[in-house]
Amino acid sequence: MSFEPQDQTRAMPTAAEVGAAARRKRTNRVLMAIGGFIVTVALTFLGLLAITFFIGRVVPIDPVLSVVGDRATPEVYEAAKKAMGLDQPLVIQFVAYVADIVQGNFGMSVSTGRPVIDDLARFFPATLEMATIGIIIGIVLGVPMGVYAASRQGTWLDQIIRVFGLLGYSVPAFWLGLVGLAVFYARLRLVGGPGRLDIFFDGLIQPVTGLILVDSLLAGEPEIFFNAISHLILPASVLGFFSLAYIARMTRSFMLDQLSQEFVTTARVKGVSERIVIWRHAFRPILVPLVTVIGLSYAGLLEGSVMIETVFSWPGIGNYLTTALLNADMNAVLGATLVIGSVFIFINKISDVLYRVLDPRAR
Amino acid sequence: MATTRDWLLADSPTSRFQARMGRAYRVTVALLHNPLATVGLAIVLLLIATAIFAPLLAPYSPIGQDLPNRLKPPSAAHWMGTDELGRDIYSRVIYGSRITLMIVLLVAVISAPIGLVVGAVSGYFGGWIDRILMGITDVFLSMPKLILALAFVAALGPGVENAIIAIAITAWPAYARIARAETLTFRNSEFIAAVQMQGAASARIIFSHILPLCTSSMIIRVTLDMAGIILTAAGLGFIGLGAQPPLPEWGAMISRGRTFILDQWWVATMPGFAIIIVSLGFCFLGDGLRDVLDPRQGENS
Amino acid sequence: MTAPLLDIDKLTVSFPTPYGRVEVVKGVSFTLGRERLGIVGESGSGKSMTGRSILKLIRPPGEVTANRLTFSGIDILSQSEKQMRAIRGARISMVMQDPKFSLNPVMTIGAQIAEALVAHTKLPRREIARRSRDMLEAVRIDDPDRVMRLYPHEVSGGMGQRVMIAMMLVPEPDLLIADEPTSALDVSIQAQVLDIMDELVRNKGMGLILISHDLELVSRYCDRILVMNAGEIVEECVASELSAASHPYTRGLIAAMPHMDETREILPTLDRSQWEAT
Repeated sequence: MSFEPQDQTRAMPTAAEVGAAARRKRTNRVLMAIGGFIVTVALTFLGLLAITFFIGRVVPIDPVLSVVGDRATPEVYEAAKKAMGLDQPLVIQFVAYVADIVQGNFGMSVSTGRPVIDDLARFFPATLEMATIGIIIGIVLGVPMGVYAASRQGTWLDQIIRVFGLLGYSVPAFWLGLVGLAVFYARLRLVGGPGRLDIFFDGLIQPVTGLILVDSLLAGEPEIFFNAISHLILPASVLGFFSLAYIARMTRSFMLDQLSQEFVTTARVKGVSERIVIWRHAFRPILVPLVTVIGLSYAGLLEGSVMIETVFSWPGIGNYLTTALLNADMNAVLGATLVIGSVFIFINKISDVLYRVLDPRAR
Repeated sequence: MATTRDWLLADSPTSRFQARMGRAYRVTVALLHNPLATVGLAIVLLLIATAIFAPLLAPYSPIGQDLPNRLKPPSAAHWMGTDELGRDIYSRVIYGSRITLMIVLLVAVISAPIGLVVGAVSGYFGGWIDRILMGITDVFLSMPKLILALAFVAALGPGVENAIIAIAITAWPAYARIARAETLTFRNSEFIAAVQMQGAASARIIFSHILPLCTSSMIIRVTLDMAGIILTAAGLGFIGLGAQPPLPEWGAMISRGRTFILDQWWVATMPGFAIIIVSLGFCFLGDGLRDVLDPRQGENS
Repeated sequence: MTAPLLDIDKLTVSFPTPYGRVEVVKGVSFTLGRERLGIVGESGSGKSMTGRSILKLIRPPGEVTANRLTFSGIDILSQSEKQMRAIRGARISMVMQDPKFSLNPVMTIGAQIAEALVAHTKLPRREIARRSRDMLEAVRIDDPDRVMRLYPHEVSGGMGQRVMIAMMLVPEPDLLIADEPTSALDVSIQAQVLDIMDELVRNKGMGLILISHDLELVSRYCDRILVMNAGEIVEECVASELSAASHPYTRGLIAAMPHMDETREILPTLDRSQWEAT
């Protein structure tokens, strides 16, 4: 940067300078927003760590026992006790705990005998795959349903869709999964059974991403691909049901807001076709809050998968968590809680920020 | 009874009791105009009645085994069939309503007051207290409730009481948020200033003046949350961490019925229907209450 | 004389309330040729509802009934939604009150005006752009090309309302309904906007229904005046003969308006017991 002597006689800033100053201000604002976001996420994550630490160290009567299990030998017990540093004051323990977590040391799992972090990495893609297909179903079906219900407000179709939305809050996910399995797999033989693939195909393809749909295509095995789909479709649909109920409800609510706006009446007065009125005038402004809703729903699906995976013997993080719960494997439980919780927090905060950034009214 | 109705609807009530009764009457009448809300109210009342009169309503004992009669389909003798130990499912569902009601009531009784007080204190005092309390609340709100409840139960151990505590721990933050928002709307109004000038202590202001004004939104929120609480409790029961056998908790019953789902479908599906109906009932009632008590939000539901 | 533009006999609009069905327009009857008609009344008198029912904009649970509601010989009540869409914009248009709310905030002005033409004609894009520009010039907006690229929140209220007028007149309808077109504007701008609207309506030989609460305004820009109160027409007169009005409501309204050379100390208020009002 060259140092030009300031011309003291210049009274007004040039247009270029004003533009540059405005750009700098905008950049600063964006940087501050990003900075604020990082700080909030970090603080919330710290809070999550505090809670898991509390659950792991403070709540159980014997935290060492909950980590090593009641079948551990006295030597293992003593080693674990020393590693956990239980004689230190709680704050020091917490700092050590945070340091461990940040480095990826989630401890060892009592039931699998492996580092928890390895287990989590192995099981996470399965949950991701199921939740992603679920959210796609939720969006593709839920948005049109919500728009349709809002444009036909008061009719019996609208009432049905509303009750449908409430069912999404009232039906237990695991029950729906069970019933789905019984009807669509056992009785009708329409879909694959529990597990991600028929046993026949197990271990036949190299896990590149962990997502069987992707891996099978990469390996050029369409038969495995379709088999995976037949297994995925039912659990993803069950998840999709809950996602669709929520998304439809929120879309309907947003659309009702929009349809009562004056400019929608103006469009009708112009004689514009109803389809254009609904989609171009009423629907377009709600895209941004809808994206937030979809983000929240996705986070909710990750949470909901916990129940479904048990029913479908799906080797995902939810199943890992419930198995660990029954085995009182605290490291595994807390590790899975941390991962799911972190993803949840992250998606929530991103949705928050995205809404504020994209909402034209806030600009 | 025209005169009672006139008394209830009087424009200028002469006593606080009359004013309160009048308001309750008007709310109930408005609620009954809404067909879904009426259904919801009926279901909730049915739940309470079933729980109270369970011994009279259940034809069989919920834990009495009858092995020769195991896994029988629904019939005139056993309306919902029998489970793997020969127990009548209908009776178990009826007694299970006691457990469900107890869980729901205890969670509400524990978490709502805590959330209410935290929110009101936070909103009233503002400043550092507000920031710290809301920081904690936000941290809890950003986390998945079910997962946290699971983790707490893992540490506390299985059982209904621990399940209740775990669910309550995850439920209070939402109420704190609402109570704080409500408090902020009238925090700076003149009647609060008047009481402050009279020299009332902060505790008295909060408890006598602020908390009562938050009640209607709290009632709405608690009712709407009931469905979620029932589902979470059933989920815990399904995994095996809630009520322990032989207690007829609905989630646990579904779990037991899982192995027979293919041929003896009734064991697992019947308790599920009970859960759905009760949850829907609370949802309808909550929606209806919201339409009546808080018309601002009611238009778009 | 050709068939009247509008022929309305006993128009009734009702809505359900928790207390039973309420009629907001009770048996209103009038005809309209290619002239300017003003409908005056206070809030809740039913004047806006009358305007909207002509365009069949009132949706269930609102109910519209009439012995006769015809526009240019077409029976509005029996038209389907699809048929109404062909009429709206192309033959009857409506200018609404506040451009802040009645213009789509995320569409450019040019796009919104063009939409009015696209809905009814199959003109090429260039022709549509030309007509939009001409219309903006007709409502006295300088630099129409620049304005067409702007968004509604980037123009003033008066300009926004002129855009609204342009948008509603560009498909060249036969009848324009103006529902409180200047109530959201500054007093100094009101006359400007009304002058523009008046000029355009007269040049194109259109019919105009001007709905307002401002008696003074209506008497200046209209040939005939209808006074509404509580859903009914209480007075119908020629604008120039307003001072000779007979109904106590109208007389009360006129008496309550101050003049430039006012000598009265206290303005009289309406005594509603003089007629049957709700």
